[in-house]
Formats: sequence, structure tokens, C-alpha cells
Amino acid sequence: MTATPGATPTIVLVGHGMVGQRFLEALAERGLTATHRVVVLCEEPRPAYDRVQLTSYFSGKTPEELSMTDMEFIKDHGIELYVGDPAETIDRDARKVTARSGLVVDYDVLVLATGSYPFVPPVPGKDAEGCFVYRTIEDLLAIEAYAKARATTGAVVGGGLLGLEAAGALKGLGLTSHIVEFAPRLMPVQVDEGGGAALLRTIEEMGLSVHTGVGTQEIVTDASGAVTGMKLSDGSELAADLVVFSAGVRPRDQLARESGLTVGERGGIAVDEQCRTVSDPHVFAIGECALAADGRVYGLVAPGYEQAETAAATIAADETEQLSFTGADLSTKLKLLGVDVASFGDAHGTAEDCLDVVYSDSRSGLYKKLVIGRDGTLLGGILIGDADAYGTLRALTGSVPPISPESLVLPAGAGGGAQLGPSALPDEAVICSCHNVTKGTIRGAVTEHSCTTVPEVKKCTKAGTGCGSCVKILGQLVTAELEASGVEVDKGLCGCFSQTREELYEIVLALRINTYQDMLDRYGRDGARGGDGCDVCKPAVASIIASLAPTIGASGYVLDGEQAALQETNDHFLANLQKNGSYSVVPRIPGGEITPEGLIVIGEIARDFGLYTKITGGQRIDMFGARVEQLPLIWARLVDAGFESGHAYGKSLRTVKSCVGQTWCRYGVQDSVRMAIDLELRYRGLRSPHKLKSAVSGCARECAEAQSKDFGIIATSNGWNLYVGGNGGATPRHADLLAQDLDDAGLIRLIDRFLMFYIRTADRLERTSTWLERIPGGLDHVRDVVVEDSLGICEELESLMTAHVANYADEWATTINDPEKLARFVSFVNAPDTPDPVVGFVPERDQIKPDLPLLTIGHRPLEGSAQR
Amino acid sequence: MTLALETTDLKVQLQLGEDWFTVCDLSLLVPGRGVAALLPDGRQVALFRDRAGELYAVDNRDPFSGAAVLSRGLTGSVQGRPFVASPLLKQRFDLRSGQCLDDDTVSVATYEVRAAG
Ligand code: SRM
Ligand SMILES: Cc1cc2nc3c(=O)[nH]c(=O)nc-3n(C[C@H](O)[C@H](O)[C@H](O)COP(=O)(O)OP(=O)(O)OC[C@H]3O[C@@H](n4cnc5c(N)ncnc54)[C@H](O)[C@@H]3O)c2cc1C
Ligand code: SF4
Ligand code: FES
Repeated sequence: MTATPGATPTIVLVGHGMVGQRFLEALAERGLTATHRVVVLCEEPRPAYDRVQLTSYFSGKTPEELSMTDMEFIKDHGIELYVGDPAETIDRDARKVTARSGLVVDYDVLVLATGSYPFVPPVPGKDAEGCFVYRTIEDLLAIEAYAKARATTGAVVGGGLLGLEAAGALKGLGLTSHIVEFAPRLMPVQVDEGGGAALLRTIEEMGLSVHTGVGTQEIVTDASGAVTGMKLSDGSELAADLVVFSAGVRPRDQLARESGLTVGERGGIAVDEQCRTVSDPHVFAIGECALAADGRVYGLVAPGYEQAETAAATIAADETEQLSFTGADLSTKLKLLGVDVASFGDAHGTAEDCLDVVYSDSRSGLYKKLVIGRDGTLLGGILIGDADAYGTLRALTGSVPPISPESLVLPAGAGGGAQLGPSALPDEAVICSCHNVTKGTIRGAVTEHSCTTVPEVKKCTKAGTGCGSCVKILGQLVTAELEASGVEVDKGLCGCFSQTREELYEIVLALRINTYQDMLDRYGRDGARGGDGCDVCKPAVASIIASLAPTIGASGYVLDGEQAALQETNDHFLANLQKNGSYSVVPRIPGGEITPEGLIVIGEIARDFGLYTKITGGQRIDMFGARVEQLPLIWARLVDAGFESGHAYGKSLRTVKSCVGQTWCRYGVQDSVRMAIDLELRYRGLRSPHKLKSAVSGCARECAEAQSKDFGIIATSNGWNLYVGGNGGATPRHADLLAQDLDDAGLIRLIDRFLMFYIRTADRLERTSTWLERIPGGLDHVRDVVVEDSLGICEELESLMTAHVANYADEWATTINDPEKLARFVSFVNAPDTPDPVVGFVPERDQIKPDLPLLTIGHRPLEGSAQR
Repeated sequence: MTLALETTDLKVQLQLGEDWFTVCDLSLLVPGRGVAALLPDGRQVALFRDRAGELYAVDNRDPFSGAAVLSRGLTGSVQGRPFVASPLLKQRFDLRSGQCLDDDTVSVATYEVRAAG
């Protein structure tokens, strides 16, 4: 730098929140950090973090992971960042800011990015112990501590976006949760009446109590001053020992007010289209504290980012880049408590003469509305329960969609569900509204900046790095663009095979290839033939060979010959590896039905081997803490008592859960337990691309949760309804109805076909849910193939399954009768009698747990590596 | 099989200092699958044999989890580098150098190993 320090112009930023941080990045991009001294006053005890993802703290994100501030960036650009030191006064005449610590900074340009504060309604008792707001990491830490120490019931005041998030968080902390909303419906700002009703039903089903149309009148406390409940405007009283106020936010304009800057009637620092305050050309305001030139205060991060760019461009006085902020889109998409909720454009249909297209299915919590102008222009919409189309629809807003609006909202299977891919969008369509990135820019990243993967495009364009709701459509665009520009998108399974899993399956089946080596040497990529393969294709090919074993003349026993070397450790030891190197053992308990004798045997074995026992989520019993050399001894006792392997370790059928059904239950209409047992015994041991789960419920009350399973069966008075493609886990999906009122034989025939078709065409580690979403034609196609036999393969699918069923043998029994295999079940090849000393246990709650100090963990696991 | 006679006589040996420590019969090493050996000083070694018959030995402790399980991982090769993938969290380790292929800062010890009559 050539200028003397005193002469370097100074930019002072007050507030280091999301928008403040973005402003610093915008300054750096324009080279202003090199020509200016940049001072940041940050009130919170930590630099900027991702407030939008705040709630993910409760699902395990640490404050460090939420951070948006790269300290290298701050250092490299010479930014002076004062953490925990808020600005207290501004002297606009002298152009000085004074911070709480006494620090005084002279400024040439002052930028206020002080955000909002949560509004707490002035009800008596609002400051009682146990009352919180939901805005900062510190708020969350305090809520968590209080909830753990002394609360069982929580109430959230406010049923808006943040209120629902907060209520979900309280529920996650184990509290019984209530939501109190003054308006007649949830999320009154974003959704209309119909959407609110769909949302209400779904949220109540999750066990949250919703009280709409009532206000909070008073917070009730006990003698010590701690919250015990609240009085509501309808005269009722709600017990709660923790209250979170989430009744909206107000701009933090106090500092500006005190320094004589103009603020709006309802708050917000008044600025012009360049984000300069209307009162002082040296002062800017951006983000949630600003009252924009269009008379609105924006409570979302995307408009704030746009303001940050505008202010930085104005300060740079860049002639070529005259940005202005004249207003922004209020589209939002979020997953609230696992429910998709999205609204975009003119969601409430305020435009003159506009028309609605509405699809609503309260049974599955779906509500979709599109607002269409007279000329067919898409003006906006609301999507509840399934917001997959959000990316495309938002980008189409303002234009006439190329296909009819009805087909955009109807679900697949209901005669609609037209797939409108991103190719239908114009280049100017905004794909990522957080960062205002258009389709054209994304295409440019591929064609001009040679990005070939989504992470590269994210880095290059910033698209997808905000709320994340556009990542799906981003992926589709990148693939489409790569394909269009002739770049071969390698769909091969791994570095060893250029074929997809489906193609490998067809090769194995058609040519009856029954060893991995043969596959690799004949069909591997050039460099891979004759080699050792890798950890991706070995288990994948092993699984294909196992699924087809009797048909292709392979042994169905996964430890036979070469197959032993292809299995993941779990399949290789026929048990599940635990964190300290010990294993867990899960015997099959078909349908969850077990005799008292069976329970006693399991109890005795666990006691004799010192195992930890737990009832699993799959209606059976898991015994943990077995050393390798104990496994065959445990199996021998189990097999002796009539048990067999439950395949808890395999990518194969896990459990078929059942409800008690007609035999005992007063509502049951079929014998769900018998059907569950039949199905579990039929499909046991079936190796598949991923694990398979099932359940059978005895009536529509669905106590077995069949609709969350890969194949789920619900009894009707006429027979059975078959649902497919359900999933629990991280991305839950409700199963789709495949066929109705089937008799026993019809049901089994259809499941045979469905499973074999899935095994044939799915990718590796693809559950039926993702498979159904991915394959062209989706559910309709699958129904055509397995019900209508449109491909003429049903006979083959059925005979493949028949062969599997006939060939089944229990892997545990086979192994304990094979001395050569048994020799592998030792900790040390040279000391078969010595147990692994790293496997140690300490007591916990009358049982054992792994001794962690023995493991002394030194490194963090690779992100996402367990998925590989 | 005619090969069996020749191989059963061969022993897998690890170099410890000046000496060669005999672990087991070569025939116990299934290509592509590992075994663990306990050294006199309490250390654990994971031994592997690839399809071409080459032998490898690395420390058995998975540095990411602390558990002694590397011998139970799947093996393979990537760009000519033979590796074992930890069965716990799937990080891969180069069997020749011990270097973790998924994290530059991590590696495991390696041992000289041979098959001898
Ligand atoms: C033991 C058990 C938890 C428990 O204590 O209850 C369990 C334990 C494991 N689950 Fe699970 N899951 C168990 C029921 C479930 C359920 C509930 C159910 O089946 O009704 C689910 C949700 C339903 C579903 O799968 O759709 C479930 C969803 C998962 C997922 C997420 C799958 C997904 O598609 O998103 C994984 C991860 C994966 O498979 O990639 C997983 C993975 C695992 C693994 C295998 C993780 C691992 O690799 O070590 C755990 C090892 C088990 C072990 O070591 O024995 N587990 N897991 C349950 C065993 C049930 C059984 O009897 O077989
Ligand atoms: C739980 C939650 C979920 C949300 N989800 C979404 C979402 O899905 N999508 C979306 O678009 N938006 C969402 N938002 C809103 C979004 O977080 C805000 O729009 C965004 O953070 C605004 O950025 P900002 O920089 O203006 O304000 P903030 O991020 O609040 O930053 C302002 C900072 O200024 C500091 N400050 C205030 N006064 C002073 C002073 N005198 N001196 C120094 N520092 C000061 C404050 O302490 C704060 O750190 C969510 C908010 C919350 C709380
Ligand atoms: S699903 Fe129906 S039959 Fe089964 S237990 Fe529940 S109410 Fe009874
Ligand atoms: S729309 Fe939020 S990250 Fe793209």
C-alpha cells in the first residue's frame, strides 16, 4: 500500500451476521479491502455463522460447523474483526463509532448490518426464568441446558416459520411441545387456509399440539419465579415449564435512531436503492435492519445478500456495475419437522383476475396450489408435503409454463405428474434465489469455466451454498449441460467397471457368469482387468452373484470360495461390526413373534457371554459386544434352540414387522402376524442392492408402520393393499400404493416380481424409495412392468424368486458346520486363543458398553465416508 | 489341486528388527482377505495377499477409530496402488506405504513381509 495509514479511507461495519459477512466478501471481490482499512464490530461472542441452519445444531452440527467465517479470509484481507465488542454510539458529525470496550474508530463509510431482534409480546411474566427467544447460538445453548435440567413440556408462542422450527427443536430435545398461534392457521404469512390445514394435520400427527386462534395472555410462574404455564385468550391454561417466544422479529435500529438517522414508522433504517441511508451519504444499512426503498423490511437472507452486493458496488463506485436494490422475491422452501413447505411469487393470489389450480390430499398431507394469471402466466404458488417441483416452478414464475398447470401439481399416478425438467427453463430463470444465480450462469460454469461436477459449480457460482433448496435442480442442470456439450458423464460403477450396476446384473444373468474374477477380467475397464478390483465393485458384484446364485450356478453361501473375499466385514463375519471391533448378533424373529422359551434362550446366551442386549427398532433383539471368536459359539447355541441368522448385517431382507392383527386386536381385519411371518421366511437371505424392510398391518390404523417400508402391506376387509418405496431414515418417504385388495397368492406374486425387478435395475446402495424416484416413469412404469407385465419379464422374475426361496439355507448353521470357515473366526491367526485386547468394556446401567479410553480416538471420520 | 503341496510348506514371515517372525502358513491367507497377527510386544499387524500373490503387512489399528480392525477391511487397487479400506469408516490405506488415501495427514506403519520355506 502506498498511502500512509492515516490517509487510508476506513470502512466500518457494525454487525457481523450473515449479511455483514457477505458484505465483507463483496468488498474483497471488488478489491476494496486492499485500498481501505476495514473494521468490523461484532456483538456476538463468535464471528458470523449460518443463522438459517441454526436449528441443525440440535441435529448435531457444532457451532464451529455453522461458522461462515474463514479466519484465513479475514487475515488475508487485513480485516480488523472485534468479536464480542458491539458499537454503542455513533457520532455522525465527527464520523466516529465508539464500541463497548472503549475502542473509537473514525470512519469514511459506515455500514450498519445489525439484523433483527425477536419480538416478545408485552405479556406479564415474559421475563420469567424458563422464557427464551430463538435467534442466536447462545439462545440455543441456553434452551438446551434448561430443557435438559428441568423441563418436560415446552410451548412456543408463534406458529410461523421460526416457531415451527423451534417447536420441532423442543420436540427433538424430548419435550412435549405446544405451538400457540394467534392467527387462525399455521404459517399465516407464507401459506393460505388450505395449506395451513394440510400443515396442521401433518404436524399434529407428529405429536405436536397446535393451538390456533388463541393469544398468550400471561406467563404463569411458581414461587421461585420459574415458568409453569401460560394463560390463553380463550380462558384456558396450558402447562409448560419452558417457553420460547417466536412472535416475529423487529429491525435493530436503536443505534441508528439514537444517532438521528431516519427510521420507518414501523422500524427499519430508511435507505435508498443503493442502500445508502436517506439521512446521511456516509452511512449505509443492509440486511434485516434496513427499510428498503420499496418500503419493506426483508426478513430473509437472499434479499440481504443482494443489498450487501449493492452497498459494496456503490462504495466501490464502479461505473460498470451499478447495482440497485429495488425489492426482492420472498420465495421460501424449507423442511419443517420433515415436511416440505414452499411458497413462491404471488402465493396468496393478490393479482387481479388471477386463478388458482389446487390439488389437495389431506390423507397424505399434500397441498399444492398454483396461482395463474389470465394469460396463463404462472404468478406464484404454495407447496406443502411435496416441494420437489419448487426449483422448476419458482424459476418459471413470470412466464407461461410449457405444459398445463394441472399436470404440474397432480402427483404421478393420479394422471398427472408431468416431468418438467430444468431443460424447459429459460436462461434467465433464477435457479438459486439465495445467491441470485440464473440458469444461464450455471450453464456458463459448465461450458466456459469447465466445471464438471456439482461441487465445482457450487464453488464457481455460489449456487446451492445458501439454504440448499436448489441443489437438486442444480444437479439435473449440470448433468444435462455436460451431456449436451458432449462430455461423457461416466456412469460406471467405479474405477474398475464402466457399466452401471444394472448393466452388470444383465451380464451376470445373461452369460451366467458366477465369479467376480471372471467378471473383472472380461468386462472390467482396460486398466482394471486382471487386477484386484476395489471396495466398491467387490461387494456390489458379490451381491448380484448372491441374488442370482441358484440360477447362474453359484453357491448361495456368501463365504464360499472367492465370495468370502468380496464381502464387507459384516457379511464376512455374519454379524455387525461395532466401534471397538466387537460384533453384534441379531437372530431372526419373524414378524416379531417369539415364544417365552425363545426369549429365555436369548436371555441365557446374552448372560452367559456377557453381552449387552437391546430391543431394536425392528421388533427383535440385538446382542452386542461379542468377540470374533465368540460368534460361532453363540450361533451354535442359537441354532440349537431353533434360531437362525437375522441378516442384520446384510444388504438383504431385514425384518417384516407386524402388528398383532385380527387374532387379538378388536379392529383387525386380517391375520397380519401370519402374513408377516410368511413374508419374512420367504424373502430371508435375499441379497439386494440395499437393505429391504417390510411390515404388515392388520387394518388401516397402521400400527406396523407399513407405509414407511420398502414393501408394506395393509389389510383391508377384502384382502391386502401393497405399498412400495417407503423409507424411514434421513430422507423419509411415504410408500406408494401399488395394488389393492389382493388375495394371499396375488400379494406374494406381486411382491416377488417387485423385489426382483428392483434387484435387477437399482443402483448399488439405492433403497427402493430412491430407485422409484429415479427410474424413468417412476411408479407408473413399475406398475406397468410388475402388474401389467408390459416388458414380458414377469415369468422370469417369478422363477428367479422361486429359485432363491428353494435354495435358502441359514448361513450361521452352514458356517458352524464348516471347520475351514470356523478357523477364520479368531482375533489372531498366530494366537487363536488370545482375544483382541483392544476390545474392552466398562459397565453402564447394569450392562456393558465399549471402553472408549482404550480406543483413544485421534482423528475425525471422513465426511460421508460411511456412505461409500 | 497340485499347487497345494507347494504352498502349504510356505510360511508367512514378518521382519522384526534383524529377525524374521513366523506368522502362519501361507495357505491361510485368502487372496483379497486379511488376517491379524499378534507380535511378541503386543503390537497387532494386518497381513494381506493380493491376486498376484504379493504379500503386504500394515499396522492393524485403524487410526480413525482406534479399533484393531484393518485386517478385516476390503482390499483393492486404485491407480496401481494396492489398498485396504477400513471396515469401520471406509478410509483407504495404501498397503505399500501405509499412507491414507483419503486424508494426507494420516498413515499407518508398514512391515516387511515374505513367504519362506
Ligand atoms: C440396531 C438398530 C437400532 C436399534 O437399536 O434399534 C439399527 C442399527 C443400525 N442401523 Fe438402522 N438400525 C435399526 C433400525 C432402523 C430403522 C427402523 C426400522 O427398521 O423399522 C430404520 C428406519 C427405517 C428404514 O430403514 O427405512 C433404520 C435406518 C437406518 C439407516 C438409514 C437408511 C436410509 O435409507 O436412509 C441406516 C444407514 C444405511 O443403511 O445406509 C442404518 C444403519 C444402521 C447400522 C447398520 C449402522 C452401521 O453401519 O453400523 C446400525 C448397525 C446395527 C448393528 O450394529 O447391529 N439404519 N434403522 C435397528 C435394527 C433393526 C433390526 O432389528 O434389524
Ligand atoms: C432459526 C432461524 C431460521 C431461519 N431460516 C431462514 C431461512 O430458511 N431462509 C431465510 O432466508 N432466512 C432465514 N432466517 C433469517 C435469516 O437468518 C436472516 O434473514 C439473516 O440472518 C439476516 O442477516 P443479517 O446479517 O441482516 O442479520 P443477523 O444475521 O441477525 O446479523 C446481525 C448481527 O449484528 C449484530 N449486532 C446487532 N447490533 C450490533 C451492534 N450495535 N454492534 C455490533 N453488532 C451488532 C447481532 O448480534 C448479529 O450478530 C432464519 C433465522 C432464524 C433465527
Ligand atoms: S393396525 Fe389395526 S389390526 Fe393392527 S394393531 Fe393396529 S388397530 Fe389393530
Ligand atoms: S436457493 Fe438457497 S442455496 Fe440456492
